[in-house]
Amino acid sequence: MTFEDLHIASVLVSTVRNAPLLIFAAMAGLFAERSGVIDIGLEGKILASAFVSAAVAFATKNPWYGVAAGMAVSVALAMLQAYVAISQKGNQLVAGIAINIAMSGLTFVVAQYFFQQGGRTPDLGEARLFDVILPGSAAIEGVPFIGWLYAHLIGGHSVLVYLAFALVPLVHWVIYHSRFGLRLRSCGENPHAADAAGISVERQRYLAMLIAGVLCSFSGAYLAIVQSGFFLRDMSAGAGYLALTAMVFGNWRPFYTFLGCLMFALFQAIQIQIEGVDLPVIGRIPGSLIQMVPYLVTVIVLAGLMAKSVAPKALGTPFVKSR
Amino acid sequence: MNNQDLPRWATAFVMPVLNLLSALLVAALVIYLLGESPIESLGILVHSAVLNPEGLSYTLFYASTFIFTGLAVSIAMQAGLFNIGAEGQMYFGGLGLTVAMLAFDNSLPWWLLIPIGMLGAALFGALWSFLPGYLQAKRGSHIVVTTIMFNFIAASLMNFIIVKYLVPVGEQNPASRAFADAAAMPLLNQWFPILGETPFNISFLIAIAALVIYGVVVQRSAWGFKLRATGLNQHAAHYAGIRISKMIITVMLISGALAGLGSVNSIMGSTHYLSLNFVNGAGFVGIAIALMGRQHPLGIFLSAVLFGALIQGGFDLSLEKPNIPTETFIFIQGLIILFCGAMENFYAPAIARLIKRKG
Repeated sequence: MTFEDLHIASVLVSTVRNAPLLIFAAMAGLFAERSGVIDIGLEGKILASAFVSAAVAFATKNPWYGVAAGMAVSVALAMLQAYVAISQKGNQLVAGIAINIAMSGLTFVVAQYFFQQGGRTPDLGEARLFDVILPGSAAIEGVPFIGWLYAHLIGGHSVLVYLAFALVPLVHWVIYHSRFGLRLRSCGENPHAADAAGISVERQRYLAMLIAGVLCSFSGAYLAIVQSGFFLRDMSAGAGYLALTAMVFGNWRPFYTFLGCLMFALFQAIQIQIEGVDLPVIGRIPGSLIQMVPYLVTVIVLAGLMAKSVAPKALGTPFVKSR
Repeated sequence: MNNQDLPRWATAFVMPVLNLLSALLVAALVIYLLGESPIESLGILVHSAVLNPEGLSYTLFYASTFIFTGLAVSIAMQAGLFNIGAEGQMYFGGLGLTVAMLAFDNSLPWWLLIPIGMLGAALFGALWSFLPGYLQAKRGSHIVVTTIMFNFIAASLMNFIIVKYLVPVGEQNPASRAFADAAAMPLLNQWFPILGETPFNISFLIAIAALVIYGVVVQRSAWGFKLRATGLNQHAAHYAGIRISKMIITVMLISGALAGLGSVNSIMGSTHYLSLNFVNGAGFVGIAIALMGRQHPLGIFLSAVLFGALIQGGFDLSLEKPNIPTETFIFIQGLIILFCGAMENFYAPAIARLIKRKG
């Protein structure tokens, strides 16, 4: 028996595969919220970029064009959000919810218009992003544990998976060790002090939303052209909110947020594993109840049973320059 | 922005109308891009939803549900709480109503069944909003995210409950058994035959009564004053002796109860059984209605009728124009929330300039 046969092995592999969707979105939310803008519209941006990247990848037969197009759409939505939150000084929560609801409808309508498959895109087939096979995987395959670790847990994923994991230290560095990050945090904590120090709060927040738009698009692209291989109506299924919760759980810090994402990814992996399995004592848990698990975990996390979090002080308040 | 400087007619009437028109203009552009004529579509919509009496009574039938979800979101908004969970609360309210009907529909007369059904719906709706309210009040968990999570949880849990416990033996359809005839809301067409064979029922009158009660309580009662004070400035309200956490929990219970009552029209007024996903977005429509109607009773009423017309007309439109499926109206709903909620002061500077020039 190889290690692969054990359930724990496939749980770990699928944790690694579930996590990028949440990591990209959570890092996007981190930039937005550290600058003082609430980003509840992650869900809508994921959905929009998922659809556009799937549709473009299908039409051009090139997944990278899909990724680029998804990015364009996600950035456009982020800029709309930024315009409402920063220039209009409107309600950021309402703007986010508006984007989520509008995209849930629009992606279906456009998908139906182009493909007539009930809001689904055709299977991407060749236009999916394929997995990276690390050099020497075949040679080492036979070695117990290490072969599996190298070829399946570390290797054998799409480029976007590696990008997601590499993003975490990068975001940490940008937020805590770069001049840009210092300014970003000052805008989220005390915009008036930042303003007095000569930083343009508006510009800084627009830049943060731009980065959020770019990062969030990878979530959508990952969901559509790596994980699924097609777009399906409302396929994000709350991932944007889970990412947001992972961020709250992680206290708006990149590494802890990453841990939060891994936790949710692990729960999703276990959820898939125990579906249809006869468990001792409890017996078989119906699929509809298992589906609730990530949402229940979110509520428990938010209830502060797992972490006590401190949000950026100026989160959600529009900046009005004092005279 | 400085919309306090604007006269009341501008903020209460001109701006909401301009915002709504902007949203509809964007929708028209999208319909045009889908290769259909926006003018022709509007014509079909108006004809189907307003101009013929049967269509109009369908419009008002949908509006009866939307008034309740709109009220649910509005009353929470008065306290500064953004309740996104009306969808799940109405779904759960439907369960409360169904449990009450399955227990009593064969033994009690209709005039007892209606209040019992309403009570069950309100109770279960409130039950579903209690935890988000409690967590917001006591633990500071953000109500927007918790109520969204409760929508997802309600969807799965109701699926489980309906399939496991409510489907009658030997049936495949994921729905409860149909209620006895006594549990049907009296239809309004028995007094006004012109309305045609539609499910338009006395829920509409109950909804109007709810609007009036809401208006009086929020605008004229001491409790309503406390409610609005909490929404305007929590710290000041707390300093004035209002118990904020109690206020948050109470208003969320009321909000959930109102959302739950939305199910009375959908179930007792139309289908007469509990079915999977019967809410079908009515809770989210409530958000758009609350923002568009500025939480004012008359505004809520007009917005609910508008959305009733969009749903009814949109259904007929989707039959005639396959490129404009009913989901288009989810998109329009998002646009209305964007323009009437998030960008509500978009036209304020322009109007202020216009007034200044005249004066």
